[in-house]
Amino acid sequence: MMDSIESAARQIRKDVLRMHQTGSNAGGAMSSADILAVLYFDTMNLESPDDPKRDRFVMSKGHCVSSLYSVLAQKGFIERDRLAEYCVDGKLLMGHPTRGGVPGIEASSGSLGHGLPMAVGMAWAAQKDKLGWRTFVLMGDGECQEGSVWEGAAVAARLALDNLIVIVDANNLQGYGRCEDILPINTLAAKFRSFGWSTMEVDGHDCAQISGALKAVPFEVSKPSAIIAKTVKGKGVREMEDSLGWHYFSVPKEKLQDFCDELE
Amino acid sequence: MRTAMLKQLSTCMRADESLHLIVADTGFHVFDDLQKEFSSRYMNIGISEACMIGVAAGLALNDKRVICYGIVPFVTMRCFEQIRNDLCSQNLPVTVIGVGEGLTYGAAGSSHHSLTDIAVMNALPGMTVVCPGDPVEVQHAVEAVLNLDGPSYLRIGKSGEPLVHRDGLQGFELGRGIRLRQGRDVAVISTGNMLPTAEEICEKLLAAGRDPELISMHTVKPIDRELLIDVAGRCRSIVTIEEHSVIGGLGAAVSRVVTDEGLAVKVQRFGIPDEFVQEAGSQMFLREKYGLTAEQIVERI
Ligand SMILES: [Mg+2]
Repeated sequence: MMDSIESAARQIRKDVLRMHQTGSNAGGAMSSADILAVLYFDTMNLESPDDPKRDRFVMSKGHCVSSLYSVLAQKGFIERDRLAEYCVDGKLLMGHPTRGGVPGIEASSGSLGHGLPMAVGMAWAAQKDKLGWRTFVLMGDGECQEGSVWEGAAVAARLALDNLIVIVDANNLQGYGRCEDILPINTLAAKFRSFGWSTMEVDGHDCAQISGALKAVPFEVSKPSAIIAKTVKGKGVREMEDSLGWHYFSVPKEKLQDFCDELE
Repeated sequence: MRTAMLKQLSTCMRADESLHLIVADTGFHVFDDLQKEFSSRYMNIGISEACMIGVAAGLALNDKRVICYGIVPFVTMRCFEQIRNDLCSQNLPVTVIGVGEGLTYGAAGSSHHSLTDIAVMNALPGMTVVCPGDPVEVQHAVEAVLNLDGPSYLRIGKSGEPLVHRDGLQGFELGRGIRLRQGRDVAVISTGNMLPTAEEICEKLLAAGRDPELISMHTVKPIDRELLIDVAGRCRSIVTIEEHSVIGGLGAAVSRVVTDEGLAVKVQRFGIPDEFVQEAGSQMFLREKYGLTAEQIVERI
């Protein structure tokens, strides 16, 4: 089982490298790859993007949507050929998730700090109607500097949404440097706990650990769960790993094959 | 206006089990009855307007209809980007109700004034912007916005606004201004709580031998283009009146139609100038300061 999840993660990274021959955010998309692979190929109950009983996923760190497009292609929700439409004039695979044109995108996002409040509304809807589906949200660690994240965290705890799960892709890098240097809120697990959540910290590149944590939710009854996944930006390609530049760089044509080979 | 809103809201919540009301810790005791009757569909979400709009979007994405309520600046400008991205770009049926239009909270100071909210809500694609002229219009407007498929902004006063439609109102429709008097001289068009003043202006003009037309333009977006074309065919001039900045509100919307359609009519816009109020003042004191009483306007027409 872990083999197939790891191979899905490898496919995400290869697709991301190909998609990011233009445009920014390849590094962040690669740090999320293992988390997304576990969510979509192990954790979530998601056979079809139209199934009302499906688990919901909100890509709140919307700038890393290329990794999600790869997952949607691997799930068969979009055709694999469409990955070539990423950020192409007149096509629908935009640089941030936009609901409507791409099956499997649950909510439009991209402005940071919007995903969690929307996910709170989704989870609340399921709780009200006593429906069993769950809502998962992926956020960046830099994103957690947005105040609306903590408004959402407080409301989720107040509503006792134990069907809501946040995963923070904690790569300790953001637009201009280390999160802990720019605006230190590096005690994320403690912060979520103090807001009334239960938390777990995992290695965000160890699929077995991520899977174990996601199988254990809710960690406590009547509490939302937060998983702080320690990750490395650009994970999988040495030149890209933990490098701020890869928040911005595109993958040069002449390096694409070497980078992909390195993933094998 | 708030009482009319509450009354209609409970009727609508009784009829539609998907309808939810979220408030951002505003309206002391105002929602007691609603809360009692619809305890599972009412929530005071705390002082967190940005989150309120996001939560409403999440509910609406799962077939709930949601009303978000608060004081105008905090439910429009504080959470503007959530309204833009979460509600408008996803075209979700969420209604934002702002209480305290214009200078309702006059003495509270400019943080609580709502003089630019129509402008910013007008700028959002897909948004319907409604400013009812009296409590009767409020009642009809609440029902109407809750039947829309997309987002809407309903801007209301608070309490004590006089009745203008004293014999009730038939055929209220969003996007269709209400003609209260037909005339052939000057068309007095108001939005929101300036309707009673507009009515008073017409009475004074009439007494002075003029033949004014009176229109309540409760929907600022989409503006009633057809009605304005019709007005321009009969009247020499249009006067717009609003308790809102002269930038981006009713006067701007009317001027846009006049320009787009090449209408041969003079437009005179009355509103609040492009500035922050710098002194304490009741609504009436501030209206007078900015030349918005019936007497002051008639003198300048
Ligand atoms: Mg980061």
